[in-house]
Amino acid sequence: MDPLISARGLTKRFGDLVAVDGIDFDVAKGEAFGFLGPNGAGKTSTMRMIGSTSPVTAGTLRVLGLDPAVDGPRIRARVGVVPQLDTLDMELSVRENLVIYGRYFDLTYAEAGRRADELLAFVQLTERARDQVEPLSGGMKRRLTIARALISEPDLLLLDEPTTGLDPQARHLLWDRLYRLKQRGVTLVLTTHYMDEAEQLCDRLVVMDKARIVAQGSPRELIERYSTREVVELRFPPDAAESMDGRLNGLADRVEVLPDRVLLYTANGDAASAALHESGIRPESTLVRRSTLEDVFLRLTGRSLIE
Amino acid sequence: MISGPARVLEYDLHLYRRVWRGSVVVSFLSPLLFLAAMGLGLGGLVNRSAGGVNGVAYILFLAPGLMATTTMQTASSESTYPILAKVYWERTYEAMLSTPLRVRDLVFGELAWLVVRLTLVAVLFFAVMLVFRIPRGPEAALAIPAAVLNGLAFATPILAFTATQTRDTSFSAIQRFLIMPLFLFAGAFFPIAQLPQVLQAVAWLTPLAHGVSLVRGLTLGTLTQSGALVDIGVLLAYTLAGGVGAAITFRRRLIK
Ligand SMILES: Nc1ncnc2c1ncn2[C@@H]1O[C@H](COP(=O)(O)OP(=O)(O)O)[C@@H](O)[C@H]1O
Ligand SMILES: [Mg+2]
Repeated sequence: MDPLISARGLTKRFGDLVAVDGIDFDVAKGEAFGFLGPNGAGKTSTMRMIGSTSPVTAGTLRVLGLDPAVDGPRIRARVGVVPQLDTLDMELSVRENLVIYGRYFDLTYAEAGRRADELLAFVQLTERARDQVEPLSGGMKRRLTIARALISEPDLLLLDEPTTGLDPQARHLLWDRLYRLKQRGVTLVLTTHYMDEAEQLCDRLVVMDKARIVAQGSPRELIERYSTREVVELRFPPDAAESMDGRLNGLADRVEVLPDRVLLYTANGDAASAALHESGIRPESTLVRRSTLEDVFLRLTGRSLIE
Repeated sequence: MISGPARVLEYDLHLYRRVWRGSVVVSFLSPLLFLAAMGLGLGGLVNRSAGGVNGVAYILFLAPGLMATTTMQTASSESTYPILAKVYWERTYEAMLSTPLRVRDLVFGELAWLVVRLTLVAVLFFAVMLVFRIPRGPEAALAIPAAVLNGLAFATPILAFTATQTRDTSFSAIQRFLIMPLFLFAGAFFPIAQLPQVLQAVAWLTPLAHGVSLVRGLTLGTLTQSGALVDIGVLLAYTLAGGVGAAITFRRRLIK
């Protein structure tokens, strides 16, 4: 089956600045695909090109088999967009935000209204239907934006940092809704700089850094390929960590010394911390955990995802 | 494809629905008060001391001139703050452009809305003129589309300008240094011939001088064919140039 999105050498420049530097990827129908990367990596620029609101500078891009340069309106008719910053209409009520937006897709008022009511129930905002948008919480606004993006029953939903800035409870509620959409077969493409979000939601993802793709695969594959099964996190008193470096080397496959902690990458965390104890090293705290995409990112770029 | 602009127009009408009563009352009362005070009050003095203006009573001279300045002012306010809100403060256009709508739908849709808004203002002003028995004959109703065209000649260039702005400070400058001087000196209150020669030439370069002349000529039935052609030509030229400009600046601003 043809991919829903296909990019080859996709490039976006703003004057001299290269925001997206020749990236290749394919997104299949029905999958949840993620762009994981820090601020400025080029995620939003990529999403806007896919959403056919920002022209491609170079390379080829096909969305739903169509070329955004030629068929922008036809693509946009079938794609739902949740932009990084909400563009909800403060002049309109919650429900009007959905109905009026539905009109831009040439839905009749009756049809837009019917879908609006359904979607408000889906994002748990039915009680707020007549309220103004301004006083809604951040999580509610985000859910309303998602409902608005779904009004045209899109084949593809683009979510640019859907949960950035939300508290944990609001994030989990939102993930739950996205998970349901995925189960219904909606293709999701999302960007995030939260590794837990990428792990929770994405079947497959690309790691972006400095306008390029540095790795791609499923979360599990990426962890297997670029990290060890477990990680031992050590905290030392200030200045002590530097001097530890040499002594720690034999204890793990790989050692990362960060400003606030030291990470030992190893297949067996408990064994490594036992060995550590035996050699007389006494960190302030020791924590054994499984590897995450954060570790993958650190390995690939030498930096943390969230600075 | 008419449906894109129609959707944008529909959005503007939807917002207007909330304020239309107040807006209609103001658009009727303010010409009423103006014509009573200046047309009858001040006009009485003018008629007694100078025998009217250009051979007609002052209120007949003044009313159509004010009608043209009114559509100018409506056009100016409608193409500044609300448009910058949609471009920048509220990012309404960004939301619209993530749907099948295109930049040209936004431009044509806003133009359609301006036509509606200006027509409403012009019709109400004309109604006030009827109260004062000013229009001469049924052809005088053509003053309504003329006043709308005069408004568009201001709306489209200002629209083009607004799409380049990130702050509203320049809008008060437009008000102070463009709209206000034209209101006073472009022939609404006294004939342009009263101005010094140099200023007369300047005045005739502006759309308002032609808008006033056209609306007045149609209202009073004094229009000459050549005069009408020049006035309409100038107003159309401003409208078209502004429209092309707006299409360019909207695209430059909104597509990145
Ligand atoms: N409209 C724009 N004009 C100029 N530079 C831009 C514009 N949008 C994004 N950039 C730049 O492109 C780079 C990538 O930005 P972006 O795609 O927003 O990254 P991300 O979403 O991963 O944070 C950044 O350096 C950003 O400053
Ligand atoms: Mg971004």
